[in-house]
Amino acid sequence: MKRNITCIICPRGCEMEAELTGGGVSVSGFGCARGRQYAENELIRPVRTLTTTVVLRDGSVIPVRTDRPVPKERMFDCMEAVRGVKELPDCSPGSVVIADVCGTGADLIVD
Amino acid sequence: MAERVFEYDLAVIGGGPAGMSAACAAYENGVKSVVIIEREDALGGILKQCIHCGFGLELFGEELTGPEFAGRLAAKVREYGIDCMLSSMVLAVDRSLNVTATSAANGIFTVRAKAVILAMGCRERPRGALNTPGTRPSGIFTAGTAQRYVNIDGYMPGKKVVILGSGDIGLIMARRMTLEGAKVEAVCEVMPYSGGLARNIEQCLNDFGIPLLLSHTVTEIRGRERLEGVTIARVEAGADGVRRPVAGSERFIACDTLLLSVGLIPENELTVNCGIGLCPATKGAAVSQDRETEVPGIYACGNVLHVHDLADFAAVEAALAGRAAAGRIKGLRGGGCGSGGGSASDGGCASDGVRGCGGVCAGDNAGEEFRAVFETDGQVRYTVPQRLTRRCDVKVYFRVSGIFERVSLEVRATSVGRGDENNLIFTKKYIKLTPGTMQTVTLTSEMLEKCDSGAVIRFSLVPQRRDDK
Ligand SMILES: Cc1cc2nc3c(=O)[nH]c(=O)nc-3n(C[C@H](O)[C@H](O)[C@H](O)COP(=O)(O)OP(=O)(O)OC[C@H]3O[C@@H](n4cnc5c(N)ncnc54)[C@H](O)[C@@H]3O)c2cc1C
Ligand code: SF4
Repeated sequence: MKRNITCIICPRGCEMEAELTGGGVSVSGFGCARGRQYAENELIRPVRTLTTTVVLRDGSVIPVRTDRPVPKERMFDCMEAVRGVKELPDCSPGSVVIADVCGTGADLIVD
Repeated sequence: MAERVFEYDLAVIGGGPAGMSAACAAYENGVKSVVIIEREDALGGILKQCIHCGFGLELFGEELTGPEFAGRLAAKVREYGIDCMLSSMVLAVDRSLNVTATSAANGIFTVRAKAVILAMGCRERPRGALNTPGTRPSGIFTAGTAQRYVNIDGYMPGKKVVILGSGDIGLIMARRMTLEGAKVEAVCEVMPYSGGLARNIEQCLNDFGIPLLLSHTVTEIRGRERLEGVTIARVEAGADGVRRPVAGSERFIACDTLLLSVGLIPENELTVNCGIGLCPATKGAAVSQDRETEVPGIYACGNVLHVHDLADFAAVEAALAGRAAAGRIKGLRGGGCGSGGGSASDGGCASDGVRGCGGVCAGDNAGEEFRAVFETDGQVRYTVPQRLTRRCDVKVYFRVSGIFERVSLEVRATSVGRGDENNLIFTKKYIKLTPGTMQTVTLTSEMLEKCDSGAVIRFSLVPQRRDDK
């Protein structure tokens, strides 16, 4: 079955069609290779980069993100884990807040 | 006590991405005496609260969050040693390039400059602009205010949310509030299309099953102290073309929070008070290819000039203004940059007194007087720049007023000198144009050779002919 997929990789937002075939995924309508890869992932294992904040005990709010996309259906689990963080020894950009957050393989890092 | 006076070659007002980018471009083009004046206590502008990804692809070639993107530019500002006056609010700019500002540290002070770049950004349309009937309970915010509460102050403004308007900030907040545990009931958009990016509809609404109700609006607000709910209704255009709610289509949605994402307006009080007129379509100053306003030496860039889709584009545009301002300053010094350095204007004469600077000039026609203005047909809503003061390759940004499919853009120059001959200088086909996406076309100096000085260059949309492929 063909699925319509809007690419979210860049602001152009190409409208693609993707379909699972015997050997893999056939994709049309992409504007570049990154879009094709995105459409393949959408059918097999959709992933998203999570961006949020941690609110520390002293009230400071630190923007954080996963250093790579995590499975879409694990986003709320990751949010739950983020809520548990109340202290951060190092708030400098790039420092790791939670390593391998929820077993997704991604590290949660400071923006 | 006498007011303190600071002297700089270039004063940049606003330390958002546009201001930082303009300041760095001026520095890179040889002007080292630069100050950025910013009313908040840190550089970064609105991006400090835009914690989501989607920035930087254009400028840095990688996907960054707002704070990361701002951090990259701020690092460059620091590396160059550009002065930053933070927690300093600019109160006025005058036509002699004096900037009056106030801060706790300096009281009221003046910065005297040889060029001023306006980069004050934009703000959201407030509720007052909407005229929604009903009570005035708490729980109604612009999407950007809510974004600030959640991302900077660290608290949630509500639990059950309706969003009116499908601008990008509203879409981004639909996802943000959902991730933080709120239930977003619906996003209502009065137009039959969304003004937001397709990618944001996908990743902020569809990912979470949040309905986007096109051609819908909020017709009533209920609640005494706190918002208790809103009535929404479908809208349709009547015979007169006016879009009105359809009787019988009303539906009540219980909610404690209503977010408004109904558009951005450039923050131009300083511009207007300086006597610079605004272009009705952009609500920003009218500028030349160098982003110079009608006042020589005052430039504008970023969202204060026209609302950009992306911070990247605002930063790229700002570099043009920074480069041109550097050219002017070097021209005033007499050091010049290639094309006749001594041709400085005395501040009162035409802005093209200082020409051919910063590598943006076509060079060979630097001696020839050239002027042209852009005009649009209404389907093309506006262009930036609005006028040209020399023949050079120029990237023209434009926006359309509705959704147009299978159209051609035609650019024609009506030259005063040659009668009313309609000279087609450029044409391009589009499968689809939408108001939410800014477009750019480049007019080359060769194309402009076909225009006499004094030409009116008209942008219009025409249907594509059948036999066109
Ligand atoms: C709430 C909101 C959310 C947004 N979200 C996004 C987004 O997710 N992605 C995106 O690409 N774009 C977003 N935008 C658009 C965004 O404004 C631009 O992309 C980008 O920030 C424009 O850069 P700028 O430098 O022109 O303006 P800004 O970032 O707004 O910077 C202007 C700066 O000028 C300062 N300033 C203003 N007036 C004065 C004064 N009188 N004296 C001293 N300083 C002054 C302000 O404090 C501010 O720091 C958003 C806009 C708003 C309002
Ligand atoms: S397919 Fe390529 S060009 Fe199209 S939206 Fe995706 S990343 Fe952008």
